[in-house]
Amino acid sequence: MTTTVDRRRTNRSPYLLLIPAVGILVIGMGYPLIWQVITSMQEYGLQQQFGKPAPFVFLDNYISLAGNAGLWAVVARSIAFCLLTAVATLAIGLLLALLMSAVGRAPRLILQIALLLAWSMPVVAAMTVWIWLFDRRRGAVNYLLDMIPGVDVNRFNWLESPLTFFIVASVIVIWMSVPFVAFSSYAGLTQVSEEVMEAAQLDGANGRQRFFGIILPMIKPVIAIVFLLQIIWDLRVFTQITMLQDAGSKSGDFDLLGTYIYKLGTKSQDFGMASAVSILVLAITIVLSWFYIRSLLKEDEA
Amino acid sequence: MRARTSRTLLGALAIVLALLWVFPVYWMVNSSLLPNTTLQSFIPTFVPFGGSLDNFAAALADGEFYASLGMSVSITLIAVFFCLIFAFLAAVAISRFRFRGRKSFIVAVLVVQMLPAEGLFIAQYKMVASVNLLDSVIGVSVIYIAAVVPFTIWMLRGFVAGVPADLEEAAMVDGLSRFGAFMRITFPLLAPGLVASGVYAFLQAWNEFTVALVLLPSESAQTLPLWLRGFVQASATRETDWGQVMAASTLVAVPVIVFFLIVQGRLTSGLVSGAVKG
Repeated sequence: MTTTVDRRRTNRSPYLLLIPAVGILVIGMGYPLIWQVITSMQEYGLQQQFGKPAPFVFLDNYISLAGNAGLWAVVARSIAFCLLTAVATLAIGLLLALLMSAVGRAPRLILQIALLLAWSMPVVAAMTVWIWLFDRRRGAVNYLLDMIPGVDVNRFNWLESPLTFFIVASVIVIWMSVPFVAFSSYAGLTQVSEEVMEAAQLDGANGRQRFFGIILPMIKPVIAIVFLLQIIWDLRVFTQITMLQDAGSKSGDFDLLGTYIYKLGTKSQDFGMASAVSILVLAITIVLSWFYIRSLLKEDEA
Repeated sequence: MRARTSRTLLGALAIVLALLWVFPVYWMVNSSLLPNTTLQSFIPTFVPFGGSLDNFAAALADGEFYASLGMSVSITLIAVFFCLIFAFLAAVAISRFRFRGRKSFIVAVLVVQMLPAEGLFIAQYKMVASVNLLDSVIGVSVIYIAAVVPFTIWMLRGFVAGVPADLEEAAMVDGLSRFGAFMRITFPLLAPGLVASGVYAFLQAWNEFTVALVLLPSESAQTLPLWLRGFVQASATRETDWGQVMAASTLVAVPVIVFFLIVQGRLTSGLVSGAVKG
């Protein structure tokens, strides 16, 4: 047995097996990343597109970004959008999971199928439907809301002002993300053993005590991971915001980080600045991801 | 008695919420089957289905549909094929061997998996443009493989580790080579894992929008998500034919919904299994 282990240790085959994966990651991710780090420290604008050498400016791009009120507005908006959406998604998903475990088999199955269908919608297709639903004149949302007495949203344009624009974006992202949270939390809830719950009931714990005393602590690890993933995913809503801007306004007031970078790169052709903002986004993601990655590594060791 | 009533009420609530969640999907299919004259009305038609396939015919008659379909199919097939091979080899390496650098590789894979497309697409655009591969199948495919390989490695790692190495060793004692033992014993047991990972890679490549938007700037080289977006974009300038847009959305969504239902269980457990097992 020991010989097998030793042979494996000195074997070169694991490295050979890794060559294709490492190769494609270096080409598709590594090289662009290094280019981006270098470019973020260069003056790389329209003139450089036409062959003018890019002067090295070290941290000037970052310094000018730090003093750029427009960028800070976008960062603040992105973080606010991300946190509010993630918290709402988590709360709704958790409530749906509790509901699933409280109801009988038939309603549970119906709810699960509905959530699965919503979850499986490709994001671009989902966006077209939602834009149609929120259509100013013929959309079902305005029609239904208008039927509520006292509410007048006839021909109300949701995409006209930034606040309602981001409310719509948030509703759509929540709709898309809740199924994952609900299923993961429900999976966590089913791990809570019946015996423990019965014992608690016999000992006289009421519903609220059982939830906060037993259920919540036991599914806390799942919730923490799910919440973290939501925050990370809600920072990358480029597709959703781009499509809503197609239907509404492309003005800078409607930008989050993704569309902001895209416009810096494609419209202003300022690759130096675009790279610097991209590095900021990557840094935020990696810091946030660290806890998630640590929990996955724990699984690898197990 | 009280407990039963509240259970019924909760059941009713669950069904109401189910209807709320499924409504946009229903609305897509419903609108796709209604004639445009009906959709032009200011009062939405909620039931029943229109029963006309004219919108689908019109969407399919759009000259760019088949070109986009061809583009999407080529990119997706290439991405899934290479992604599965590369990820499978790497998964075997990290779950069957202990070697120097293993842990660093795993950490790198997990970090790369989290990186958002928004944080790299400018650089990827410059790279692909510098080798003249904008608007090409290859340029997008390379980026897709790189983006999808990390999670696929992680998914397959679990499956490979699930096949006991003892089985392989027993076959080797019986005279098979290491490679032969792997191919005859382990590989067939991995089929479900490969199917699940393949479908995952398919979904990622088929639905992807951000990278495609940047790397396929030309109107003549679009994937299906870009084609679909074109419909909505056009709506800013002229009256939108929503029936046709919804038919187009349905065409793009149906294969995804079918495949998604196949792998959904695996995906959820793959993403949070570390947390569930503690």
